[in-house]
Amino acid sequence: MNWRLWLPFLIFFGFLGLAAYQLSQPKDEFIKSTMVGKELPYFTLPPASLDRPGVDSRYFHAGGPKLLNIWASWCLPCIAEAPQLERLKEEGVEIVGVAIRDKPSDVMRFLAEHGNPYTRIGRDDLSEVQLGIGSSGVPETFVIDGEGIITYQHIGDIRPEHVPVLLEELRKAEG
Amino acid sequence: MIAEIGLAALWLAAALAVLQLVGGVLALRGGIESELAGLTRPAAILQGGLVAVSFAMLLWVFAITDLSVKLVAMNSHTMKPLIFKLSGAWGNHEGSMLLWVTVMALAGALIAGVERRLPERTMQATLAAQGFVALGFYAFLLLSSNPFERLPQPAVEGLGLNPLLQDIGLALHPPTLYFGYVGLSVAFSFAVGALMTRQVTPDFARAMRPWILGAWVFLTLGITAGSYWAYYELGWGGYWFWDPVENASLMPWLAATALLHSASVLASRDALRVWTIMLGVVAFSMSMLGTFLVRSGILTSVHAFAVDPERGSFILFLLALYIGGALLLFALRAGSINEGERFSVASREGALVVNNVMLSAILAVVLLGTLYPLLTEAFDVRVSVGPPYFNPVGAVFAFPMLAVMAVGPLLRWRKDSWARISKEIALVAALLLAALILCTVLFGTALLPLLGLSFAFAVGVASFLPLKGRNLLRVPIATWGMVIAHFGIAVALFGMASEGAFSQEKLAALEEGGTTAVGPWGVQLESVDPIAGPNWTAMAGQLDVSYKGGEPTRIAPESRNFWAPAQQTTESVLVTRWNGQLYAVMGGENNDGRWQLRLWWKPFVTFIWYGGLLVALGGALALIGRVRVDLRRRSVRRKLAMRRNDEKALA
Repeated sequence: MNWRLWLPFLIFFGFLGLAAYQLSQPKDEFIKSTMVGKELPYFTLPPASLDRPGVDSRYFHAGGPKLLNIWASWCLPCIAEAPQLERLKEEGVEIVGVAIRDKPSDVMRFLAEHGNPYTRIGRDDLSEVQLGIGSSGVPETFVIDGEGIITYQHIGDIRPEHVPVLLEELRKAEG
Repeated sequence: MIAEIGLAALWLAAALAVLQLVGGVLALRGGIESELAGLTRPAAILQGGLVAVSFAMLLWVFAITDLSVKLVAMNSHTMKPLIFKLSGAWGNHEGSMLLWVTVMALAGALIAGVERRLPERTMQATLAAQGFVALGFYAFLLLSSNPFERLPQPAVEGLGLNPLLQDIGLALHPPTLYFGYVGLSVAFSFAVGALMTRQVTPDFARAMRPWILGAWVFLTLGITAGSYWAYYELGWGGYWFWDPVENASLMPWLAATALLHSASVLASRDALRVWTIMLGVVAFSMSMLGTFLVRSGILTSVHAFAVDPERGSFILFLLALYIGGALLLFALRAGSINEGERFSVASREGALVVNNVMLSAILAVVLLGTLYPLLTEAFDVRVSVGPPYFNPVGAVFAFPMLAVMAVGPLLRWRKDSWARISKEIALVAALLLAALILCTVLFGTALLPLLGLSFAFAVGVASFLPLKGRNLLRVPIATWGMVIAHFGIAVALFGMASEGAFSQEKLAALEEGGTTAVGPWGVQLESVDPIAGPNWTAMAGQLDVSYKGGEPTRIAPESRNFWAPAQQTTESVLVTRWNGQLYAVMGGENNDGRWQLRLWWKPFVTFIWYGGLLVALGGALALIGRVRVDLRRRSVRRKLAMRRNDEKALA
């Protein structure tokens, strides 16, 4: 018997094993930002609505930890997380919004319908802030400490069980 | 009702595939006289018709936008133009699998109907293999991806089609690749059939060759079209990204190219028997592997759609069954197949062996690069393999292959001497050297584009040398095919090298009335206007562009916003001249009211796709030439048989 004739079969078998192993592995759906632990990149955004000012990255360098919420009026999970943002606001958390690729009229309509937990809302038409802080989707929420360092990233909509986690992270960022 | 007819036809076709398989196997074991064996061919033919009906029904439900069918509701929309409604039928997982099965069943019907050259036992084994492969896909469709599934409640409106996919080029791109993949599945069935009966003969290669050629033409067209689509639609200015999905289409092409050449050796000289069988199995493996990589989502890709691990498992299972089975059969049987005729190194066969080894090496390079992330991920290391690996490592094998390609066709079969063609070799070498020196002095760019330009020049001239001293009217069509295909490779190489060496890029922010320049082009932004389409709105930049200060042309690249589903895309505009393309992409508005523009000047970039088309044309000519010769042989054989019968009757 010629052993070389078995070579293709064995190589193929190795590939099968590898592919089967990889298929059985759960896929990472969340892409962690590599910016966590680093300073917020510099940006300055015009206001996204008529009744709130825009956002400047220097704003995060003073006044204690804040939440930076990446959202959009066209995003359905953002509606789902609106009550949780409202609760965080009631807990005394300052939430700064960045609206991704949005129109002021749509932003106003969204806020009128689902509540406005934000103190400031920046308009990010090019997703520059989103890309800069390593967010790959909408919505995402970042904890920024009083010195402008990103300390925590929450991917996806905030569900009720995430509220205590975020409050805890904010407390840690303070200390 | 329409959807149910389609589904019923599909079930019936699957039943016939079982009959085809059983009939073929019985014929193989008990001899061709058994009663079921007589049903193998009719089963294959009828099956082709039934699947065609099934696919027609799918087209119908998409044409009338029957929103009670889940697939239509998920992938179509009443507002879409008809042509995109139809292309939506295969622009999704289920529909594209049905298209695959349709093409495969039609191919099976064709070989069952017309192929009579091979010994009947080998044909029965081939059809059994074909039925077996088809059966897996029927099971996949019927059990896990039924395209005709109804919704309990009809949807009010469809969910649309990805706006990036609303493009005529893309509507044609997947079918083209499928024709290629299916052609290779037929070659695979022939290889398995020949392995079963151990009858690896020149006739086998001749029967398989038109299918390889056809598959190869379609794969070439598919890759060329896909590359052009990525180039103008994605708006990134590149034509090849070494993305897993692109590699998935390139690997079968490389294997098919090698198979094509080794099958020629087998057909003409009865050599390379085992190697041809191996390539027949490998070529189809690459199509299946590509399908698996794309559909399972096991590799992250910008193109991946319809990613689902369950489907991945199913395709992996089919892959294990077909390819594992075929390779097992190969390991058991190939030892008892004679290698065939011998030949010397300096011969046409020798050159073709070099071609085969180099193509296989490039295939291995691409395969390794594509699967490497999969391997490292098992050890929790995430890597992405890109051009810095593929380009230089591929080139190491590609350039020697091109050198052999330039002189190989001049060699005679079996035994030749280098001395006989020393003049031609000297000519090609001189051209290469001259081009290399000239390009270095004139342009002095990076090594790979430099080598590319020189080889393109030398190979381009050398590809016509086989015609030297021959009466052009009497050159066989297949030889013309070879010459044109080889010339096409040179043309495409020139385009790629030129794109790499001379492209210029400009990123500009212009206010209305502002001007900028890229390469020889002057660009002025006249105004930015909002426009509306059937299911999108857009900002269109009105640009006046002029080549070397000549008469300006008005172009309007757009940044489009679709609303079903909400998605932003760019419509780039290309201004094509004989010597290159200006590529303009409209970006967003800056805070200061200026508009972002991205401009490229790409000299001779179009030659990449002209080259691809030439290669496909060459393949098509070769196919026509071969089929014509086959038909002529067949009619001669028939006449001979008739005469013999007459003689017998007279006696």
